[in-house]
Amino acid sequence: MLEVALRHDWPPPRGGEGFSLDIAFAAPTPGVTVLFGPSGCGKSTILAAVAGLLRPRAGRVALDGTVLTDTASGLLVPAERRRCGVVFQEARLFPHLSVESNLRYGARRAPREATGPGFGDVVALLGIGGLLRRRPAGLSGGERQRVALGRALLARPLLLLLDEPLASLDLPRRAEVLPLLERVRDTFRVPMLHVTHALEEVDRLADTLVLLQAGRVLASGTPEALTSRPDLPLLAGRRDAGAVLRCLVAGHDPGRGLSRLDFAGGSLLVPLRPEPAGTRLRLRLRARDVALATRPPEGLATHNVLPATVESIGPAPGSPHEVLLRLLVGPTPLLVRLTRDAVGTLGLAPGQGVWALVKSIAFDHGGPA
Amino acid sequence: MPDWLSAEEWEAVRLSLAVAWRSVVLSLPLAVVTAWLLSRRRFLGRPLLDALAHLPLVVPPVAVGWGLLMLFGLRGPIGAPLQEWFGIRLVFTTEGAALATAVMTFPLIVRAVRLSLEGVDPGLEAAARSLGAGGFDRFLTITLPLIAPGILSGAILAFAAGLGGFGAVITFAANIPGETQTLPLAIYAATQTPGGEAAAARMAGISFGLAVAGLLLAEAVARHLHRLLGRT
Repeated sequence: MLEVALRHDWPPPRGGEGFSLDIAFAAPTPGVTVLFGPSGCGKSTILAAVAGLLRPRAGRVALDGTVLTDTASGLLVPAERRRCGVVFQEARLFPHLSVESNLRYGARRAPREATGPGFGDVVALLGIGGLLRRRPAGLSGGERQRVALGRALLARPLLLLLDEPLASLDLPRRAEVLPLLERVRDTFRVPMLHVTHALEEVDRLADTLVLLQAGRVLASGTPEALTSRPDLPLLAGRRDAGAVLRCLVAGHDPGRGLSRLDFAGGSLLVPLRPEPAGTRLRLRLRARDVALATRPPEGLATHNVLPATVESIGPAPGSPHEVLLRLLVGPTPLLVRLTRDAVGTLGLAPGQGVWALVKSIAFDHGGPA
Repeated sequence: MPDWLSAEEWEAVRLSLAVAWRSVVLSLPLAVVTAWLLSRRRFLGRPLLDALAHLPLVVPPVAVGWGLLMLFGLRGPIGAPLQEWFGIRLVFTTEGAALATAVMTFPLIVRAVRLSLEGVDPGLEAAARSLGAGGFDRFLTITLPLIAPGILSGAILAFAAGLGGFGAVITFAANIPGETQTLPLAIYAATQTPGGEAAAARMAGISFGLAVAGLLLAEAVARHLHRLLGRT
C-alpha cells in the first residue's frame, strides 16, 4: 500500500494568487497509480515529495509500511536512500556518461541485498541493446526516455515514479514508449506512481486513478468506477469522455473478421483483435459513440445492441444542450451523451429499459490490462 | 639556452612559471569549493563570502601584499606558528610569491568555475540523488565532470595571470633575484637600471607571448572539453 498525505504552500507571486496543495490518497501495491489532472494541479509536486526531492510543509508518505516522510515526527528519509526510481519528463540522462554507464549508475548504488530485474532483461525489454556505447546527446527523444526508464528500473527501486515521461515526445515516439511502460508493469511488477494529463495513459496503465484539480483530490478509485461517473467534469466533460470497460477476449471468428469480448453483463463484437483468446483488455466506450433506442432496433449495421437500464440523467458538463446518461448493462455502467431534445422526444427516465447501440469502431484505446 | 636572454633573465622566466603553477595548485581546490558554495548553497554569510572572494580584483595588489605580510610575516598570527612549529617561512621566498599570486588569481578561478556550475542543470543532480548517490558521490561523479571545462580554463587563465603578479608579490615576497624576482619584477628592475631598456623590452615581449598563449589555450581547452562532454 502506498499512502500519501501532503500539504504544501507557495507564497503568492506579486499581483497573483498563491497556490496550496492539500491532498491524500492511498493505493494498493504493486500496481500503477495514475495522478491525472490539468497542468498546474500540483501532481508533479506530489511526485517530488514522494521522491524526497521536496520537503512538504506537512505530510506523511509511507510505502508498504515503511514511513518515508512524516513531518509530525520530523522524519524525512533523504532521496538517495528512498529507493524511489524517478523518470523525469526531460529524461535527465548524464551527458558525460555513455548509455551503458547511465544505466549502471543506479545499479552500482543499490543495496547489495536488493533484488530486481537484471541488466540484460531490462536492456532487452526496452530494446536499447544497440545504444549502449552511445552518448545521450546523440539519442532521439524516445530513445532517451527508454534509457531513463531502464536506468530507474536497474536501481532496483521499491517504487517507480514517472513524471509525465511521454509529455515531451511527439505522437510516434509516444506510441513507441507507452507499450514499454505496460510491459514494464506486467513483467517486473514494480509499484508505479505515474503523473500525466493524457487520458490514453490512464486507460492503458492505471489500476488506481487519482483525479487532481487545483491542489485537491477530486476523486480516486479504479478507472472503471471513475470514468463512468457523470459528475466529474475532468473526465465526463471531455470530447472523448466515456466509461472504461474491463473485457476478456472470448473468441475469434476469422471468417467474419470479428472477435467477441466478454464483460460483466454482456459481450461485444469488434473487428478481429490480434490478442489471443483469454487476454484481458481494457477499452474505452466513448459516450458520444453510443446511441439509444427504446425498442429493439432492426436493420442496423451495428453489431452491438445491449439491453440496458437508464440509471440517471444529468447535464453534460461543458455542453448546455446535451445530457449525459448513465446506463447499467448488467452490473457494468456506461455513459451516453445525447441531445436534450432526444431525451424529451423519447421520454427517457431513470429506471427505464433501453437498448444501447455501440458502433464497433468506438474501441480505439486498446491494450492489455 | 639561447643567448639572446641573459642567465638572470632566464631565471626570471623560470621563476615566473614556478610561481604561477604553484599558485594555481594552491588556490584551485579552495576556489572550486567556494564557487560551489556560492552557486549551490543558500546560507547566511553568502554575500560576505561572495564579496571576500572578489576582493583581490578590486583592492590594490600592494594592499593585499601588505595584508599577507601582516598575517604571514615572521611575527604574524599565522606566520609565527608556521615558522616556529614547521620551520616554514613564507616572506621573501618563492612559496611566498606563490601564495601572494594565488590570492590575486583566486577570483578568476572562482568566476570561471561558478559560470560553468550555473550551466549544470540541477535536475541532473536530483536524478543522481534519486538513483542513490549521496552528496559527495554526486559532486564527484556528476557535478565535477560537468564543470571540468570551467575548472581547466579557469586554471589556465589563473596560470597566465599568475605569471605577471606584481604588487602583492613585491610587497610580500620582495624583489630577490633567483628567489622571488619573477618576470614583471625583473622588467621593473631593468627599467630602473641605466641601459636596461633592451632587457626590459625582451622580457615584456615574453610576457605578452605567454599571456596570449595562455588565453588561447584556455579557450581551446574549454571548447574541446565541451565537445567531449555533450555533443558527440
